[in-house]
This record gives sequence, structure tokens and C-alpha cells, in this order.
Amino acid sequence: MREVAIVSFAQSRHARRDLRNEVEILLPVVQEAVQRSGVERPFDFTCSGSTDFLQGQPFAFVLALDAAGAWPPIAESHVEMDGAWALYEAWVKIQTGQAETALVYSFGKSSPGDLPEVLSRQLDPYVVAPLWPDSVSLAALQARAWLEKSGRSERDLAAVAARSRRDAKGNPHATVAGDFAIDDLLDAPYLASPLRKHDCAPISDGAAALVLVAGDRARQVCERPAWIRGIDHRADLHALGARDLTRSASTRIAGEKAGVARRPVDVAELHAPFTHQEYILREALGLAEDTQINPSGGALAANPMMVAGLIRIGEAARRIHDGSARRTVAHATSGPCLQQNLVCVLEGE
Amino acid sequence: MSDAERKPVRSIQTPMRLTYHYTAGIATSRFLHGIAEGRILGQRCPVCTKVYVPPRGSCPRCAVATEEEVHVSDRGTILTFAIVRVPSENLDVPLPFACVHVLLDGADVPFFSVVQGCPLDEVRIGMRVAAAWVEPDRLAPTLQSIRWFEPTGEPDVPFDQLREHL
Repeated sequence: MREVAIVSFAQSRHARRDLRNEVEILLPVVQEAVQRSGVERPFDFTCSGSTDFLQGQPFAFVLALDAAGAWPPIAESHVEMDGAWALYEAWVKIQTGQAETALVYSFGKSSPGDLPEVLSRQLDPYVVAPLWPDSVSLAALQARAWLEKSGRSERDLAAVAARSRRDAKGNPHATVAGDFAIDDLLDAPYLASPLRKHDCAPISDGAAALVLVAGDRARQVCERPAWIRGIDHRADLHALGARDLTRSASTRIAGEKAGVARRPVDVAELHAPFTHQEYILREALGLAEDTQINPSGGALAANPMMVAGLIRIGEAARRIHDGSARRTVAHATSGPCLQQNLVCVLEGE
Repeated sequence: MSDAERKPVRSIQTPMRLTYHYTAGIATSRFLHGIAEGRILGQRCPVCTKVYVPPRGSCPRCAVATEEEVHVSDRGTILTFAIVRVPSENLDVPLPFACVHVLLDGADVPFFSVVQGCPLDEVRIGMRVAAAWVEPDRLAPTLQSIRWFEPTGEPDVPFDQLREHL
């Protein structure tokens, strides 16, 4: 396996509604990631993740290439997925020997549409999508089943929200941050029982970018490269009724393949857009009690669609870059109720 | 009725409608506000100095933000053209018509539009044209404020002067 490291990461300030176009949001973020990487353009490979459904603008990912430095014509690719899967494609490209450096970015502008309604369009188009089940209602089905099975309470869910928002006070990119008393959170009305507003990730517009470099070149450009020591992604069945919603088999297997349990984990950045999902993911990854979860505030603090998974990887890398952690785990999810999951293990030297 | 006798389901109706509130972005908003005032605004790249119109807030060649605003003329020169004879149900222009790339004076990238006001066989590369705006009270932040381009009667620009913009 070829050694590949994340050498730089940058993200936007994730606003509830950003009036800039996707290039205006993305360009300063890409510039920052490129500048910090110490790698000169052009990159051997460029890969992005986004979906046009969010902003209702066809081929937005082609327009976004204006931010990547796509002239003279570059080798690039795009996934209709969270940017974490764009990173996976870039990592594979480097493994094949076709690239030594790669730029990975993603952007998501959810504010032009009604996000929970838009997300219902990813479901089975013949028998499920015509019923318009929105993303919050589906997550609530999962939350109810999980609460019943685990014996946990809505107070446990609110505790995740309160901790995430408190930690996000130290994250200048967050959409939601602050001190909230659990009792106050529990006084709020339900959006879809048992979920309240604090149980659901905020809707955010934003972008993120990072740079991958292979082997010794990574050591040359970066003081503490964040080495990708394991990465894997798996999908559960798409039919929600055919799954055990209270656990995440795809996360468990991806975590095993990525080698999460081989050594202790200092920090885990888990992409849990709903509070109960953090518990499901912790269990699936077998994380120890002393592993710090989502010091950035996680997706509950900022959730730009198609970006929040890549941000988890970037945040996990950042802890290694700044020397505050030696081994971190990042997780990204896609689809309803944690349908598809990617796990990435990062280590310093 | 046995399964063999049933007709297969060939079609289902699942109406779908999503509503989006478009945001043009900072640069394009400024451009469209300019159009509503009868002015064409471009932006200059700080690296290669090219003037883009309409601007998108960035130079796609240099991958840098463009901030310097530049007033561009509503007159220009035809860089290339096509005589369109294929109908489109979304286009309310009588056939045939000439679609053109116009290099506006002061811009470095051509502007896409149509030409009216002269026989089609007179449309040519190098021809000078000017924007035909809608009546002042109908100006709005949309490119429909420019109805089309029409010849000015000025002498043609020699092809050699246009070569680098093709």
C-alpha cells in the first residue's frame, strides 16, 4: 500500500444562508488549502463531491471547477457524493501510481431549496419517494427504534447536542454554537418525535478542500503529515425496512477494514447529522470511553451537505497537523439513516 | 386472474415539484443590477488582467477572485456567428436568426447574444454591433433587458486584430 497523507485542510465559515455563488464560496477555501499545502499547481489529480439537487442548478460542479484552477485542462473527476468519497477516489488514484498529489474539495449550498424535501428524492423513486418522506421523519423512525432498543432517553440525545454546541464555541466555522442547558433543550417542541430541533444538524452552506500527497514528498511539504493508515466504505441495503436501523453494519465493517481497533484512538470525528446516530456510530466503531468525540462540534454544529463528511476527515487531520493527537478516526455518511459509511484512520509519525 | 393474464404495469404517475430560491452570487448580482440601469459591468482578473463579462467573481484560468469592477461598452465586434435554422420551443425568435459571440469594447471574453436588424447574409466576423436595449421603463436585472445586437454601420475590425480573442 502506497503511503498517502493529508498535508493541508481548509473550510469556509458555514452560514445558514450564503449569498455568494458556489465558486465565490469555494475559491478562497481552495486557495487556502493549496497555499498551506506547499504544493505547486497543477495537481496530478483533482476530485470533487457535490450534488446539483441542493441548489437546483444543473452542472454546478462544472461551474465550480473555476475555483480549482482547471486551465490548462487538468485531470479531474467528480462524485455525486460527499467529498469524503471524492477523497477516496483520489486516494485510489494515488494508489494506482497515476498521481502523486491530489486536490480534493466539495461544496454544498442547501439554502436555495427545502433540504428535507430535497433529500426525499434520493429514495426509491417508485414506492417510497412518491410518499415524500423527509429526512427528519426518517431519522425519527430510526431514533425511536434505537431509544426503545437501547433503553436510552431523549435526555441522552439532548446531552449529545449540548456537548456538540459547547465544543463548537471553539470552532469559528460552525453554524450553531453556545452553552445550552439540557433541560431547556428538552422544553422545545418536537420536529418529528422523538427528535427536536437540537437533535438535527443545522442547514448550512459551505465548502471544504484538502490536499493529498504521497510518500516522502508529503514529509517534505508538511511538518506533521496526517497519514491515511486505513480507509474503507460500505453501504447498507437501500430498503429501510430491510435494515436493522438501530445499528450500522456498514460502519462496523468499514471500521474493521480500516483498522480502527488496532490501536487507541485519541479523537474521532463522526458524521452524525442526528444526535442518536452518534451512539450508533460509537458502538459500530467500538470506540473506547476515553476517545474524544467531535471536538469540532461535528455535523450538529455545521452540516453543509456533501461537505460535512470531508470536514470530519479534515478536522481529524488537523489534530495531527497541530500535534494535539497521534491517531484519529474520521467517519462520513451519506443517504438516509446512515445508509452508506466511510471510515478513515489517520496517524502522525 | 392469474399473473400470466394480468398486464404488466407500464407506467405510474409520481408528480414531483421542488421550489428553489436562486441566489445569483455577489459578482453576478452586481452585473444584473448594472443591466437594470442599462450598464454592462465586467470584472478584471488581477493576474492575467482579462476582463470577464458577465462576471462570476473569479478568473477560471488563474483560479483567483476577481474584484476590480470594469465598465464595459454596450458596443462590440462579432467574433463568430451561426445562422440558426433549427426551431426550439423555448426560444421566441423567428427563424432563421444569427447567434453571435460579441467582443464588447473593454472586455476580453465574448458575450453571447443574437443579431437582428440586417440581412443574415451580411452578418460577418469583424462586424460592429451595439446592444438594443428594451425601453428604459422595462429595464430589469435580467439579460432580457438586451433584446439583441444590431449593426452600427462602423467600419469592420480587421480579422488580425481579433485573432487572439477567437
